[in-house]
Amino acid sequence: MAYRSLVIMRDLSFQVRRGEIFVIMGGSGSGKSTLLKHLIGLKKPAAGTILFEGDDFGEADAPTRKGILRRMGVLYQNGALWSGLTLAENVALPIEEYTSLPPEAIAEVVSLKLALVGLRGFESFYPNEISGGMRKRAALARAAALDPEVLFFDEPSSGLDPITASRLDDLILQLRESFGTTIVVVSHDLASIFKIADRALFLDIKQKTMTALGDPGDLRDHPPSEEVHRFLTRSSETAPSSIPEQHRKTRSLR
Amino acid sequence: MQVALRQEDHTLIVGLGGDWELDHPTPRFDRLIEDRADAGAVRAVGFDTTELGLWDSSLLTFLLQGMNYCEAQSLEFKTESLSENIARLLELARAVPEQEIDQEEGKASLVTRLGRQGLSTFDAFLASITFTGEVVDSFIRLVLFRMRLRWRDFWVVVQSNSSGALPVVTLISFLVGLIISFLGAVVLRRFGAGYYVSYLVGYGMLREMGALMTGIIMAGRTGAAFAAELGSMKITEEIDAVKTLGLSPVDHFVLPRILGLFLMMPLLTIYADFIGILGGMIVAVTLLDLSTTQFIGGLLTPVTLADGLLGVFKGSVFGLIIGMAGCLRGLQTGNDAGAVGRAATSAVVTGITLIILANAVIDWLAVLLGV
Repeated sequence: MAYRSLVIMRDLSFQVRRGEIFVIMGGSGSGKSTLLKHLIGLKKPAAGTILFEGDDFGEADAPTRKGILRRMGVLYQNGALWSGLTLAENVALPIEEYTSLPPEAIAEVVSLKLALVGLRGFESFYPNEISGGMRKRAALARAAALDPEVLFFDEPSSGLDPITASRLDDLILQLRESFGTTIVVVSHDLASIFKIADRALFLDIKQKTMTALGDPGDLRDHPPSEEVHRFLTRSSETAPSSIPEQHRKTRSLR
Repeated sequence: MQVALRQEDHTLIVGLGGDWELDHPTPRFDRLIEDRADAGAVRAVGFDTTELGLWDSSLLTFLLQGMNYCEAQSLEFKTESLSENIARLLELARAVPEQEIDQEEGKASLVTRLGRQGLSTFDAFLASITFTGEVVDSFIRLVLFRMRLRWRDFWVVVQSNSSGALPVVTLISFLVGLIISFLGAVVLRRFGAGYYVSYLVGYGMLREMGALMTGIIMAGRTGAAFAAELGSMKITEEIDAVKTLGLSPVDHFVLPRILGLFLMMPLLTIYADFIGILGGMIVAVTLLDLSTTQFIGGLLTPVTLADGLLGVFKGSVFGLIIGMAGCLRGLQTGNDAGAVGRAATSAVVTGITLIILANAVIDWLAVLLGV
C-alpha cells in the first residue's frame, strides 16, 4: 500500500475465512483504514492482488466487480448515511439498485432491517435527526440491506459510549451467528477486539508490515513482538520473556 | 422458495422449503391463508422447516408478515419449530425500540402545523433582528476600541472583492452599458434624439445599473462564499469553539467580512460605472456616429455629481445587505451535508431580494428629497 511514492505497508498476505470475524488492528496511522479501502475496492494496491473467492478485485471487469460489490456491505466510520434521504430511503437504495422487488416488498425488508438494529419506527427520520449511535445502527442496516456475504466495519465503536459500542458488538455477533456473515473489522478498541474477534491481524507502523495474526487472546498471552504486547495490554512495559529474541533486537536497533 | 400448507386440528402448518433469497419476491402471508376455504377454522399457525434450504431477510420478512397477520386475526403464532436463529431475529425485529418516537409530530393537525410554521417564521425574523443587533453592537465596540478586529480576515475579504472581483464586474458592467446604449440608440434615433444616448447611459449606470449589477454579482459571488465559509465552520464546530471560549463569533468572523465588503462595494460601483459608460460610448460612437467628445459632453451636461454619489451610496448599502445576509445564513446552517449548499442558495436569494427592495426604497426617498 502506498500514497504516491510513500510506502505505508508492504508484504501483507492473509486470508479471511468464510464466517469468521476478522479484526485488523494497529495503532493510529498504521494504515488500518487504508487497508480496508483496498479490501473494499476503493483503492488499488501499489503491488500485489486482492482476491475475492479467486477473482482479482482490482483487475476485475465492471460486471464482475459489481457482482463482488453486491456481496459486500460496508459500515463507514461516521456512518456515511446520505443526509438528503430518510433512514428508510438510505436502506432501500441498495435493494432498489440490485433487486427487482416491488416497492411494498422493499418497504417490508427496510422495516425489518431497521427493526433488527433497534430502529423500528424511525423510517421517516433523516440522519441529522437522530443520535450518533442511532446513525451508526442505521448505517449497519444499510450495509446489511442486501444480506451481504462479507461485511466490513471501519472503527465501529469510534465516537460511541461504551454501552452503545458494546451493543453494536452484540449486533455484529448476531449478524454472524444468524446469517453466517463473514465480518472484517478495523478497530483499535481492545474491549471490542477481545469480544468479537476470531482472529486479528496487527499492522506495525514501525516495521511497515503485519507482525501478528491469530486469536487476540493468544496474541496477548504470547505476543510475537513488543509492539503487539504493548498494543494488546495498553502498556508501556518492557517486553516479556515470551517475545521472540529477534523482535526485541529489532526494537533495540531503532 | 416453496410454501406448502396443511392443517392439523385447528393449527395451520406452513411448510417452508427451498432457498429463500432477497432477489425474489416472497408470497403474501395473508393471501396464502385467506385463499383457503377452511380459513375460518384455523386457530393457530405453526411452521415446518424440515425442507428449508438457505435463507436470508426475505424469509424473515415473510414470517413478520405472518406475525402481524396472526396478531390482527387473534391467531396463535407458534415459533417452536423455527430455528433458534430465526426465532431470535424475529424477537429482535419485534422488540420495542430503546428510544420511543414522539408520535405527536406525525399526527399534528393542519392548524397545529400552520401554527408551528408561523412560530418558526417569527423565530427566523427574531433571529435576523438579533443578528443585526449583534453586528451593530460589535461595530460600536470596534469604534470605541473595545474589541480587536481580525484584520487578516478583513484584508482577505478586501483582496477577494477587489482584484478578485474585477474580471466579472468588468465583463458584466461593460455588457450592461453596451445594452443600455444599444436600446437608447434604437429608440432615441427614431425621434431624432440620438445625441441623448450618453445621458441615458450615464444616468442609468450612475444612479441604477452600476450599483445594482455590482450588488447582484457580489451577492452571487461573495454572499454565497460567506454563507459557505461560515456554514462549514459551523458544521466543523469552529463557531462553537469560539463561543465556548467566551468570544463572539460576530466579532471574529462576521464583522471583518461585512466591513470588508462595505468598504469595497462603493469602489467596485464606481469602477462598474466607468466600465458601463465605456461600453455605452463604444456603441454610441459606432452606431450613432457620435464622437467621443460629443458623447462625454452629452453626459457631463445633464448628469450631476449627486447621481454618481447616489449610486455609490447604494453600493455601500448593498454591501451591508450582502454581507449580513451571507453571514446570517452561514451561521444558521444546519448540520447535514446539503446544509451548506442550502445556506449559500438562501444567502444569494435573500441578498438579491433585499438589494432590489432597498434599491426601490432608496429611489423613492431620492425622489422625495429631490436628489
